[in-house]
Amino acid sequence: MAAIGNPMIRMASHAKKGQIVEVRSLIMNPMTTGLSKNKAGKLIPAHFIQTVTVTFNNKPLCNVDWSTAISANPYLAFKMRAVESGTLEMTWKDNTNGIWSSKASITVA
Amino acid sequence: MEQMKRRKFLGMSAVGMAAVAGSGVLMPAIANAANVAGWPAAEFDAKKLDEAMKDSIDTTSVKTSAKVRLTAPTIAENGAAVPVTVDVDHPMTADDYIESVYLYVDHNPTPLASAFHFTPDSGHAYFQERIKMAKTDMVRAVARTNKGVMMSSKPQEIKVTIGGCGG
Repeated sequence: MAAIGNPMIRMASHAKKGQIVEVRSLIMNPMTTGLSKNKAGKLIPAHFIQTVTVTFNNKPLCNVDWSTAISANPYLAFKMRAVESGTLEMTWKDNTNGIWSSKASITVA
Repeated sequence: MEQMKRRKFLGMSAVGMAAVAGSGVLMPAIANAANVAGWPAAEFDAKKLDEAMKDSIDTTSVKTSAKVRLTAPTIAENGAAVPVTVDVDHPMTADDYIESVYLYVDHNPTPLASAFHFTPDSGHAYFQERIKMAKTDMVRAVARTNKGVMMSSKPQEIKVTIGGCGG
């Protein structure tokens, strides 16, 4: 069975207040479009992550809505202004009720 | 979980079903039944660029601005994973910030590839992701501020030798 889930977040563990930090993430998901066929000629149903929600200390930071046009095992990088120490949490949801979450902490001085 | 502010035309018929998504209840095998609550299905259903633009940003023409920078290879070795970086040179303060950036691939089966929503705490309207492209095509990013000001990147052509949509 193809690997799915296993989200990873990479973010600096320390930053100066006001600094803009980059957050990189990766998760396994087939992101099938629903347009391709298997060997038997049957259409493989669309299976893809539709939303990625990011919070920092439980406040919304950013979120993205995805289509099937995002590549398999989607990578996503974005930025955050480091204001205070705390925890970044990302949640990925796909169209088959799959939900995955991951956290990363940062100390801001 | 808190949802970001959604726009008025999210009258999805799948709302009732989508509300149950993620609760572990066994869903009937209806195509839209498992759509994540709040995912703007109509915007992603559009099959043509102008429909996709009308559904997502209410217009089909946005003036270009050098402040919206789209970085992508001019030739994609692999149409299944084309790295795209978008960044907007614009303040991100509580009063004035880039609220959303929409990424379009003109002739993809789904022209709207992604819709990214920021808050002022994002610090910089920037993201990087990898997209599938069916064939050589134009890619464009449209940014909208919290005040409704819209600007587009210059559309960029990406040459694709092997298409990535699996069709």
